[in-house]
Amino acid sequence: MEELTQVVDWSRAQFALTAIYHWLFVPLTLGLGIIIAVMETIYYKTKSEKWLATTKFWMTIFGVNFAIGVATGIILEFEFGTNWSNYSWFVGDIFGAPLAVEGILAFFMESTFIAVMFFGWKKVSPKFHLAATWLTAIGASLSALWILVANAWMQYPTGCEFNPDTMRNEMTSFAAVALSPMAVSKFLHTVLSAWTLGGVFVCGVCGWMMLKKRNMDHCWRSLKVGAWVGVIGIVLTMATGDTSAVTVAKYQPMKLAAMEGLYKGNHEQAIVAFGILNPSKQAFDDQDPYLFDISIPYGLSFLATHDFHAFVPGIEDIINGKSYDNEGNEVNTISYAERMERGKRLQEMLSHYNASVNSGNTLMQDSLKSAINADFKNFGYAYLDKPEEAIPNVPLTFYTFHFMVTVGGYLLLFLLLALFFVYKPDVLNKAKWARWWHILAIITIPLTYLCSASGWIVAEVGRQPWTIQDLMPNKVAISDLSAGYVQTTFWIFAVVFTALLIADIGIICKQIAKKSQTNLDTVND
Amino acid sequence: MPHEMNEPKDNHQGFWYRVFHLYYDGFRSMTVGKTLWLIIGIKLFIFFVVIKLLFFPNFLNTKCDTEAQKTEYVRHQLGVGD
Repeated sequence: MEELTQVVDWSRAQFALTAIYHWLFVPLTLGLGIIIAVMETIYYKTKSEKWLATTKFWMTIFGVNFAIGVATGIILEFEFGTNWSNYSWFVGDIFGAPLAVEGILAFFMESTFIAVMFFGWKKVSPKFHLAATWLTAIGASLSALWILVANAWMQYPTGCEFNPDTMRNEMTSFAAVALSPMAVSKFLHTVLSAWTLGGVFVCGVCGWMMLKKRNMDHCWRSLKVGAWVGVIGIVLTMATGDTSAVTVAKYQPMKLAAMEGLYKGNHEQAIVAFGILNPSKQAFDDQDPYLFDISIPYGLSFLATHDFHAFVPGIEDIINGKSYDNEGNEVNTISYAERMERGKRLQEMLSHYNASVNSGNTLMQDSLKSAINADFKNFGYAYLDKPEEAIPNVPLTFYTFHFMVTVGGYLLLFLLLALFFVYKPDVLNKAKWARWWHILAIITIPLTYLCSASGWIVAEVGRQPWTIQDLMPNKVAISDLSAGYVQTTFWIFAVVFTALLIADIGIICKQIAKKSQTNLDTVND
Repeated sequence: MPHEMNEPKDNHQGFWYRVFHLYYDGFRSMTVGKTLWLIIGIKLFIFFVVIKLLFFPNFLNTKCDTEAQKTEYVRHQLGVGD
């Protein structure tokens, strides 16, 4: 049992490590992709050589990040096949379809047009080149779409039916999978947050160049686009964050409760704006969940349901089977103890099904197959030893959620100020504190990356212990490997990805430093 | 020099010839790109040759030869065999 726990923990740690490293490269590609497409559009409209030089400067940074980051996501697929083989088999077709679309359509689109974007300046017409730049940016977002669709299915499995003959889930509706509320809100929230990161990155790099008093005109041009994309990005990220919260409240109420450290819910539930959790708090004890908290009345009810008076269940309520109806009233549904019972009955039915296949009893097979699929949403609960096992890591989910929201609020202010300076540059140019603003802009880059990673931690840690929500917990999804084996590959990845990150940051910084010393108002090549 | 069609187009050349030259000339004139391609090459070698082949075989393929065997293996792992 201890060995199993270690394998699960190391495999989760390995997946988290590789996913977070991969995600360091992706949002900058998505964000800068849009920014350089907008810059080139301005160049196309104005025919200004200055805008061409600015576009090319950012295109180089985009190229470095794209080149270092490309294929880092493939490691995650290796891990599925080796560490998570039961899971891979269990979901095969459903998970495979979006990833295949990603590989065939989006990746080829992206990789074809990126060549035109970099090599085609003097080979194709300006209009075709502009189209190639936009298609590279769109292709990158489409790649993200299919990966996020696959991830959303794990959070909210839909559009599928379990086949007990093959022990696999089979897709019944591609549209239901691709357009599930979870997929749509996840895609929009994630991609728009990448626009924010791209905008902040431009502001930070310009902050450094302005500190050095280099290429000020280029910086103001860049800031104009970067700040606008950043502001649009953060406003829409907040709006889609609201949609995400409603979706999570509906389909993953345990995650929402963990995000808020809420053990006992209520009508007109307040939201914790700032809080320190009681580290010794356990579900169903009498301790206060917070050592200190500042709460906003009605906030969580409104966030979760858009109704100030609605009931929001806490962790203990959810375990006891409490939920809310469409009018926001508290209702009793099925408890986790009952779901565990149902899950075990499903296990028995599957065993009987297998026996009926061997004995050739088709009537029994049909009957059992229908019964299994009718209640399959409780299947994963069969593997829980106790209901409390379905509670995610509350402190990690709570603190990363609040960090993400706090930094998100800061980013809105920061980007609005950056936009203000774009239209009132004298305010910044004449200010004695301008230096501090530039330093703040530089510091905001890593802060935004941390914010972005926090969002993923909330999404993934908050849904534990499920690999597939309600259907398959981690301890069943895992392969029969030794913990030592997984530990070894964990450290190999840690070394390889750290080297790649150092190369990425090193080459980007070198390029910025080198090019900032040339005249970025003219094209040098 | 603003972006213009500075070089005469090889209208008499075929599509694939022009595609080839897009890449050929592009790679030839790269500066920072050469370092990047070196990193990409090393990275892909480590990923696909070292990591994939040595450490990340398809686990079910190492245990089973056929799809039916994989089904039975997973059925057993999930505790729902006979």
